[in-house]
Amino acid sequence: MATVIPYRVRPGRSLELALLAPALLLGVGAYALVGLATQGTLPADILGYGAGLVGLALGMHLVLRWRAPYADPVILPVVVALNGIGLAMIYRIDIAYVARGRESVFAERQLAWTALGVVLASLVLVLLRDHRTLRRYTYTAMVAGLVLIMLPLVPGLGANINGAQIWIRLGGMSFQPAELGKIVLAVFFAGYLVTTRDTLALAGPKVLGLQLPRPRDLGPILLAWLASLAVLVLQRDLGTSLLFFGLFVAMLYLATERMSWVVIGLGLFVGGAVLASTAFTHVTARFDAWLNAFDDDVFQQSPGGSGQLVRGLFGLANGGLFGTGWGEGRPDLVPYAESDFIVASLGEELGLTGLLAILLGYLVLAQRGLRTAIGVRDGFGKLFAGGMSFVVAFQCFVVVGGVTRLIPLTGLTMPFLAYGGSSLLANWVIVALLLRISDSARRPAADGGAPGPLAPAEPGTGAAPGEQETERIDVEELR
Amino acid sequence: MNTPLRRLASVVLVMFLALMVSVTWVQYGAAPDLNSDSRNVRTLYREYGNARGPIVVAGESVAYSVPVDDAFGYQRMYANGPLYAHLTGHYSVVYGRSGVERAMNTELNGSSDSLFLERIQDLVTGRQPQGAVVELTIDPVVQQAAWDALGDQRGAVVALDPTTGAILAMVSKPSYDPNVLASHDTTAVNEAWAALDAAADDPLVNRAIAGDTYPPGSTFKVVTAAAALEDGLTPASEVAAPVELDLPQSSSVLRNFGGSACSPSGTQSLADALRISCNTAFGQLGLDLGDEALREQAEAFGFGTALDVPMTVTESSFPDEVDRPQTALSAIGQYEVRVTPLQVAMVSSAVANDGVLMTPHLVRAVRDQDLEVVTETDPEQLRRSVSPGTADALTQMMLGVVESGTGRAAQIPGVAVAGKTGTAQTSAEAAPHAWFTAFAPADEPRVAVAVVVENGGAMGNEATGGAVAAPIARAVIEAVLR
Repeated sequence: MATVIPYRVRPGRSLELALLAPALLLGVGAYALVGLATQGTLPADILGYGAGLVGLALGMHLVLRWRAPYADPVILPVVVALNGIGLAMIYRIDIAYVARGRESVFAERQLAWTALGVVLASLVLVLLRDHRTLRRYTYTAMVAGLVLIMLPLVPGLGANINGAQIWIRLGGMSFQPAELGKIVLAVFFAGYLVTTRDTLALAGPKVLGLQLPRPRDLGPILLAWLASLAVLVLQRDLGTSLLFFGLFVAMLYLATERMSWVVIGLGLFVGGAVLASTAFTHVTARFDAWLNAFDDDVFQQSPGGSGQLVRGLFGLANGGLFGTGWGEGRPDLVPYAESDFIVASLGEELGLTGLLAILLGYLVLAQRGLRTAIGVRDGFGKLFAGGMSFVVAFQCFVVVGGVTRLIPLTGLTMPFLAYGGSSLLANWVIVALLLRISDSARRPAADGGAPGPLAPAEPGTGAAPGEQETERIDVEELR
Repeated sequence: MNTPLRRLASVVLVMFLALMVSVTWVQYGAAPDLNSDSRNVRTLYREYGNARGPIVVAGESVAYSVPVDDAFGYQRMYANGPLYAHLTGHYSVVYGRSGVERAMNTELNGSSDSLFLERIQDLVTGRQPQGAVVELTIDPVVQQAAWDALGDQRGAVVALDPTTGAILAMVSKPSYDPNVLASHDTTAVNEAWAALDAAADDPLVNRAIAGDTYPPGSTFKVVTAAAALEDGLTPASEVAAPVELDLPQSSSVLRNFGGSACSPSGTQSLADALRISCNTAFGQLGLDLGDEALREQAEAFGFGTALDVPMTVTESSFPDEVDRPQTALSAIGQYEVRVTPLQVAMVSSAVANDGVLMTPHLVRAVRDQDLEVVTETDPEQLRRSVSPGTADALTQMMLGVVESGTGRAAQIPGVAVAGKTGTAQTSAEAAPHAWFTAFAPADEPRVAVAVVVENGGAMGNEATGGAVAAPIARAVIEAVLR
């Protein structure tokens, strides 16, 4: 039980407004520079575009002032900056594609998705007054999450794009339901683990100085493991599989504080992946393209070869330390430069310097999220905020690690940067949820009073989620 | 739950540090390797995206880049393509570079270290960077004369300025049009390349410096004569010139051209032996001198020396291990003696230049886009091949060849031309290669030339160096002395 010296919390909305200025300047400035570099003039719609982006950011800011005045002031500016840089890059890639005689309107659509994402995030902030409400839907979330993950396997609905069965097609549009699935599953994991954490934390046999859990408690992790292996094998997507299992293991560790779960989880995943890589050809091919990327046979092989990965590396190398500058590189030489490989595109034109700055942006975002988790008082909120912050960071790791050949390449996309509606919507919802939780984390317990204890004030194990619990926490807070 | 959250925050930090190391490795550590990977089309695009410098002959661009509206940005063009094809080489999106395009690539694309100051200047002034201008030593009139004189025959012509080593003309036939390979239409380029590559007469090969190399035939007698003179003989020294030379340790005999006698007495002067190209006399000389002396003299003329002019020249060679009969054959430029036409021209140029062999070179200067000289080639002495006395004696002997010997077809009224013919047997079935090498004017040489016409050219089996190659050399000399 940690105690904290009382201090007065500043809401931070003015700080947020001040930080939004450079964030917007980065996005709109990048957009203008792309136009200047490629066409010699400012983009024709620069005013409308700038106004739109500023409007969206300020709108979100006002919603925060109204509904979550104590929300973390850094999260929104970081996300606005990342989203803006992504838009500029996608606009730049559009220009490159059009120059090669290909029709390309990714930027327009991405702008529309951004707008939709901000609206959705605002709606979440307005409608969800207390994140603990979500705990009521623990088991609904479980069902919804499983359905979302398995949706691409439904015949006629699922679509196989580049060998991965992680898309669904609806009315001419494609979605990656797993993107929304990760939020829903985080709700389930948080709700489930906050209830069962005490049981799961019970000590089992001790092996090599590691306190193992009781064998009978291994059920949930085995289930999650099987589910993620099913994703790997059935949907042929290492990324989604890795993401879900990583999220589960991280949240299991948060809930139980037992390293043994992490060790077991890592062991299970590595074992499963190795097993799958020998048993299933598509997984073997992925590993082969990773380990022997520069082998000419592997490079030339299509599909399933390392051509895209190596071309991405060529792009990154071309960028070097300082990059070619907006519009001066050749990101269009890498397949899917606007989505899966936007990191390579950014690395080429902004250089190592720019890419490190972008990575720092994500690191700041993840750390603010984790700080929120530390600050919030209820166990569900801690687990949920911790899990979602981790999942954003982990997704970055899987994507950038894949593109730079640190780990095998997966079909995941970079949050906020990459082209893709489902990803953008899901990540804006995550931002809204983190902002919502951070509001309650940073809000003084009572107006003018000292903040409540920062130590977790958990509801009793197995307590039914709902109103009753909320009331009890409120009582605790007022005390 | 705060302790594991803090630990998780550390894990996230470690993950991002790993990513930063990984990104740094790709963009900085491994970048040079990745950038030079042959599969990296960016390198090509980057090259094409910059204005590549022209290759200039006497103030005219024979290779230049023009802006075009496609993915590459610039199209390489060749004026008078086939005439200069083996000098400029080709510059292809698909098949890379050859010739000067390859040898001077870093200058032409502006990335050479010597252009560092220019790049800084461009950066500061904001001027569009451009590759350097590469100026060749070629004299277009001489080049054209050599081209015309060689006609449709397979072969090569090299003309040097003996006092500087500057290459005045270099023609190899058959030739090709590098414009076809420079096209951005990869299908067309692939087809053209396949046809050129499959052609039996190897149009892509620069026979003057990088062909399969030829047996020099009797032109090698200049080298043998040089060795003999350096050994103490004089042009007037009587040497044995039998009708048949029995080759020791073997049953074969060496005969003269047409089986004739070189002299009724069975001996003749060294000068006469060279004048009428007496095989038996030079075979016997070779036996007397020994293979070591011949090899040393050949190397003094540049055999076995690695040369980049700046294109890499195939080394000419005198065989390493020879027995006595092979020595006799080698002395008349047969057996396994192999030369490039450039090497033969170098022999003449060394004789012409008082025994001093100048380093042959094709690039006169590299200039920046303001035509300021960046680097200039200074004439350089490669080595002394023979003493001035020997050079003088050889000159007199070679004058005799053109005046009243086998090389009369190279006579130019009012000009003292010194030369030597050669008719090199290749195999029993094929017609011999016709050779001629010469320099002129003998007292103040301005050009040294070598001509080879493969398999007798238009005359086939009837061909001799004097009949087929000498007139071509004369045309080249006339063009220089115009």
